[in-house]
Amino acid sequence: MGCNSSVAYRRSEKAIRAAILIQNWYRFTKARLETRRRYSLSIFQSIEYADEQDQLQLANFFTFMLDHCTHPDSVSHILTSPGVSQVVDEGLSLTEFENRIDVPDSYYGPRLSFPLTVEDANALLHAFRNEQLLHARYVLQLLCETRRVLKEMPNITHLSTSYSKEITVCGDLHGNLDDLLLIFYKNGLPSEQNPYVFNGDFVDRGKNSMEILIILFAFLLIYPNDLHLNRGNHEDYIMNLRYGFTKEVSKKYKDHGKLILCLLRDVFSWLPLATIIDSKVLILHGGISDTTDLDFLNALERSKLKSLMRPPKSVRDRQDQLKERIPTTRLSKHIANQNVAGKTQHISSSGSTESSGSNLPPDPALKEWKQILDILWSDPRSQNGCTPNKSRGGGCYFGPDVTAKLFERYNLKMLIRSHEFKPEGYEISHDGKVITIFSASNYYEEGSNRGAYIKLNPELIPRFVQYQVSKYTRRQNLQERVGTIESSALKSLREKIYAHRSELTSAFAQYDLNSTGRISVSDWAAAMESVLQLELPWRMLRAQLVQMTPNGEADYMSCFYDLKIGQPTKEVQPALVETLCRYRRDLEIIFNIIDKDHSGERIRIRSSSSQILQKEQRTIFKCEGFPPLPFELTSSCRNRSLATCTIRSTWMMPPMLFTSMSERNVRTRIASTKSCLYSGWGTWFSTDSTCTANLISHGVIWQV
Amino acid sequence: MFLFADGAVAEIEKKIIEAFEVFDHECNKTVDVREIGSIVRSLGCFPTEAELHELLAKVEEEEPTGYINLEKFLPVMTKVLLDRSYQPIPEDVLLHAFEALDENKCGYITKEELVKYLTEEGEPFTQEEMEDMLSTALDPETNTVRYRDYISMMIVDET
Repeated sequence: MGCNSSVAYRRSEKAIRAAILIQNWYRFTKARLETRRRYSLSIFQSIEYADEQDQLQLANFFTFMLDHCTHPDSVSHILTSPGVSQVVDEGLSLTEFENRIDVPDSYYGPRLSFPLTVEDANALLHAFRNEQLLHARYVLQLLCETRRVLKEMPNITHLSTSYSKEITVCGDLHGNLDDLLLIFYKNGLPSEQNPYVFNGDFVDRGKNSMEILIILFAFLLIYPNDLHLNRGNHEDYIMNLRYGFTKEVSKKYKDHGKLILCLLRDVFSWLPLATIIDSKVLILHGGISDTTDLDFLNALERSKLKSLMRPPKSVRDRQDQLKERIPTTRLSKHIANQNVAGKTQHISSSGSTESSGSNLPPDPALKEWKQILDILWSDPRSQNGCTPNKSRGGGCYFGPDVTAKLFERYNLKMLIRSHEFKPEGYEISHDGKVITIFSASNYYEEGSNRGAYIKLNPELIPRFVQYQVSKYTRRQNLQERVGTIESSALKSLREKIYAHRSELTSAFAQYDLNSTGRISVSDWAAAMESVLQLELPWRMLRAQLVQMTPNGEADYMSCFYDLKIGQPTKEVQPALVETLCRYRRDLEIIFNIIDKDHSGERIRIRSSSSQILQKEQRTIFKCEGFPPLPFELTSSCRNRSLATCTIRSTWMMPPMLFTSMSERNVRTRIASTKSCLYSGWGTWFSTDSTCTANLISHGVIWQV
Repeated sequence: MFLFADGAVAEIEKKIIEAFEVFDHECNKTVDVREIGSIVRSLGCFPTEAELHELLAKVEEEEPTGYINLEKFLPVMTKVLLDRSYQPIPEDVLLHAFEALDENKCGYITKEELVKYLTEEGEPFTQEEMEDMLSTALDPETNTVRYRDYISMMIVDET
């Protein structure tokens, strides 16, 4: 109505100042959100790397134990059995699997027929979208065929972008089937016109590692010239024991899981190590080192190295010639303290501790192992030089100078690698020469990161495509997403804090000489850092982890309050619970190895004698097939129908409960008296007089 | 003038280093220059964009490289914290600011009004910033921002 436009647009000074204030405040909240997001990811990553380091320490321990303390024959028995080895070594043909394994009529999943066709691949995709399982027979046939095909391939695959084909390169998938399906949806299925390179780490962590392998191997068989796979550091059976793939297979395939895992071990070792496109673009999983020798890598026998977690036998033997022998009886405690608790050992440097003046010639097996370890485990950094990779415990950090030298030596233009989580799914470093591609979205938590893949055109210019799988139909806003990631990260951190409760308590006490229960924030942060060995912004996290007193000090015991652990019983000492919590994952691995038939859950224990238990008689139960006894099981009898079984351990044990089987194999349940860490089961008393007891996991903690 | 014990300064420096390292991806004591604002704010300061530019001038290299070194950043930031520069905006002051934009004192600001103010006046929002604020602040049914509710929600999230 009015034409007084100046009124409409005149803003008072007050309003302008108000606007500045609001803008300022808003930018503050955004920065705060970004900081929370960053430190949450930092927490996830530090804990993950610390776990991986522990894993390598454990591998060293294992290696020592298996080499020195076990009967040579039983070593292989732990990890396999005669029947299985035969299958793997002799290479059963497809028809033999058909004859041996029956597929019932009730099975409605895909029925594969070899040679595979696109129809089979589509059937598989359809089935997995509907959460069906592929029958074990087809899995085994697929693996057999895959191994046969992979054996023909060289260590380094050479590709060319011909015509106007774009090559798609994908990074870590880690069992995230949704991501693979999303990639195929966006980018099309693999075919002659649509070639793919998958750069390792297909398995572990996510819950569909098996399905991802099946799909990738199926396409490999259908389009062997257009679907290429590189081995990642997780294509390694010892890694799989810890990071979930072994468990996934055992659960999904109760009867044939062991055979499948054994065959997979072989298949993984036959995966090519790297791919080179147009002789210019090098694609491998981890990175490079200053000693990386592509010709050497191309020539070695890659299938000899089933796992990179143990140095080759000849190297181990030599190491032991240089080390002191440790008496077997004191073995477990000594090694446990030395290796499991220690953190600073570096896996490949242990192979080179030959400095105590040995005159032995350089071991070729050692060079092979190190070369592969480097390309599967290394990470790029912006500082020049090549230094041991401290966070991983294997491989190295390589700088732009190392990249430049390799490129010059082999006339390369680009290095594409994966192996490291990136919030945007990809990252470019070393001045555009190195690309990291990571294809598992929401890796740590819903909303934590995007995944991405690379489209490489015939001019070798990369184009990135990002995506993120979401279980919410409405996309969470940034605030919500950060909230989710943050609580998840803090939960993991609190678990770690609990697992180190007694160490932390004594570290705090050192600063609190008058036992007031309070220490300065500075001291609290120092104690946290030194005990947990995680480089985190403790002062920033303080408010979420510990309560403050009115005068600004930290009430340090309050960092243990929040954690919900079930009621401990008087027989179970808190220190034990904490120790078990801390070493839970390590113990799971050991248990998985002991658990020979991968049934999930049983170890057979036979009595050394089969006498009927008399009153007060003590019988020692021995654990079959696993000589270095971590525990002994004794029994005494109160009356003829009642026997007490107690396990005394000289080392840490996984939580277990057991029942006893009568001679007639009727499982008789026994009473419980002690509660345990994870469930309400207690000590089991045998009401039977036979001497066979089955220990079943996930139940009782035994008093030590 | 306050005198600070050595311990207090050391503690402040540790705080700054922690905040810096959150953004130091490669652990080599440098951060991208575009992250300085986030770092300063994560330490509890509320600098305006103009103040940030001033601060940057003090910590940048003579030949700007796009990276800021911890070495240069630490003393400057320590002084900022000791001087208590860039004071936080208390909740009531923030409320008054919104009220100043609410001419009719009806408890809300229309989307159009808010967008006009925040993208044209003061230190204007980018399109992205405006959309982001609206995604949380705007009540889609009335197309207005009920600022009291918005402030309460944001403050709660903070604690």
